[in-house]
Amino acid sequence: MRRLQPYLLFGAAIVLPLIFSNGGFVNFLADAGAFVLLALGLNIVVGFAGLLDLGYAAFFAIGSYTFAMLASPQFGIHIPFWVMLFLASGVAAVFGILLGAPTLRLRGDYLAIVTLGFGEIVPQTFLNLSQWTGGPNGIGSLDQPAIFGYRFGFQALPYYYLILGLIGVAVLAANNLRASRLGRAWMAIREDELAAAHAGINTTVTKLSAFAIGASFSGLAGCAYASKLQLVSPDQFGFNVSVAVLSMLVLGGMGNIPGVIVGSLVISSLDRFILPQLTNFMHGFGVAIDLTNSRFLIYGVILVLTMLFRPEGLIPSRQRRSELHAAGDAALAEQTLYTEAVP
Amino acid sequence: MDLFLQQLVNGLSLGGIYALIALGYTMIYGIIELINFAHGDVYTLGTFFSLAILTLLGVTGIVTGPLLVVVVIVTMLGAMILCGLTGVVIERLAYRRLRNAPRLAPLITAIGMSFILENLMQYWHGPSPIPFPQVIPNPDVHLGAVTIATKQILVVVLAIGLMIVLRAFVYRTKLGQAMRATAQDRDAAQLMGIDINTTIALTFLIGSALAGAAGFVSGVYYGSTWFFNGFGAGLKAFTAAVLGGIGNLTGAMLGGFLIGLIEAMTTQLISDQWSNVVVFSVLVLVLIFRPSGLLGESLPAKV
Repeated sequence: MRRLQPYLLFGAAIVLPLIFSNGGFVNFLADAGAFVLLALGLNIVVGFAGLLDLGYAAFFAIGSYTFAMLASPQFGIHIPFWVMLFLASGVAAVFGILLGAPTLRLRGDYLAIVTLGFGEIVPQTFLNLSQWTGGPNGIGSLDQPAIFGYRFGFQALPYYYLILGLIGVAVLAANNLRASRLGRAWMAIREDELAAAHAGINTTVTKLSAFAIGASFSGLAGCAYASKLQLVSPDQFGFNVSVAVLSMLVLGGMGNIPGVIVGSLVISSLDRFILPQLTNFMHGFGVAIDLTNSRFLIYGVILVLTMLFRPEGLIPSRQRRSELHAAGDAALAEQTLYTEAVP
Repeated sequence: MDLFLQQLVNGLSLGGIYALIALGYTMIYGIIELINFAHGDVYTLGTFFSLAILTLLGVTGIVTGPLLVVVVIVTMLGAMILCGLTGVVIERLAYRRLRNAPRLAPLITAIGMSFILENLMQYWHGPSPIPFPQVIPNPDVHLGAVTIATKQILVVVLAIGLMIVLRAFVYRTKLGQAMRATAQDRDAAQLMGIDINTTIALTFLIGSALAGAAGFVSGVYYGSTWFFNGFGAGLKAFTAAVLGGIGNLTGAMLGGFLIGLIEAMTTQLISDQWSNVVVFSVLVLVLIFRPSGLLGESLPAKV
């Protein structure tokens, strides 16, 4: 039964928009799906390999802009969407390696800051190179995907299925990677880099592959998201996007695929449903607070509270849960979290 | 050439603000090896507190004579105290519990605190830039074709002055000795009878107070502020701290002035659109080629 669960859930996700076929809801599902994809990608870098990447939105931007520049009237190039999926994730992966290669020697927190800097530079560069990227207006009227002559059009439903399919592929890939030699090497580095190196793991290649594979997921997400939105602009890829995705990971449980998916769904619905509902609710009591503006306050609170009180996240991996129960001690639980040895 | 000299002056005064923020970054990193991400927001909070104090004092424009000195001192000290206390509260709430957790855990809570502070400031004064009263009269000093505003002199003098006081505190007093001991080896320091919690709280108090001073100065300098100010300034100040050698007070000051100069020169030679890109590239290059910074000594990784 346990083994069937993922397939049942995937099946449920396929019929869900057919039952609740409200356009706004399907649109929400598609957007939330794009963030699930991003979270799955960041999970490889942060959750599996323990490299804190604070500029993950940069790869999302690179994927989106790759698609936008090569499949739009901008330069009159119209490469088919399905080719662009591979191309965009490939370009994002290359940038993942370009960022990773010089920064590999850095310690965890310095790496975080460098990736943050990278995350700031990329959208700024897209903003500044206005002769190619349309500057602050971005690039519009992107090509719509088409399959066997069926054009996706402006409805959210086909994009939802597209993104769902990508999520399926991503989950399979991430799950298989986790159990593979490479995945075990990532986790060894996460727990203790020095010991991993001494056990014969090539840390350079291992870390670079985490960056590249993680980035390629966000390239896919960027491509799909841009084609759904029909528009890219530099303000979609700020630091807050990187932190939103990080909050999804932290909340759900870093390193655990179901946890990451749940975390990102919780945060997406928080944005879309819970905050507006709460705002209305408060208005009912005559309290005029617009909670929809406090999204980032809530991300902040989630990050702080989760790290303080439940550092393993809502749904920790079975491995970590058993470690917790075996230890029965909060201090030990925190130490098994991830990354470097306690200084 | 005149334009170059003018940008030199602008860069130095800009750098003074970065230097003040960088001092706090470097102190806090020095003692608990944490990039206090919320530090930039504490700096913006300093501007907000200064604004509140000025409003309370009824100051809306230029003040002259002895009153000016009183207003500047009261506002700045007030902002420093309030920011210092904010820093202590942040440390108590978000970092102390995680002191023995893996390195990245407190970094993540620090990002969380930064978002919380930014949002609270957004509630306080709204999402748009807000004006800051021009308190200091502006008799510019003309040296040839170069104009130096009074407030620019204030920034540089204040930054250097506070650094000298800070150095004296850290290297000449008992408490400073306790801080250095804690930074070197927390457990050993504790065995020598140093109260670790108080010492770390004190570090946050001083570091955040310096950010408060920088916040006041930046309000006067730019004449406006907004809730998101601290993000960019904080990153640049962190770059300054790393450039100078993290944990090194003189280095932080030097780094701050250098970053100010780099930013001013980029604005002059390329365009201000690229100044962020250039500053972050400097950060990346320094971390790759000289991670110990200009004045720092390289330490082997702790195992």
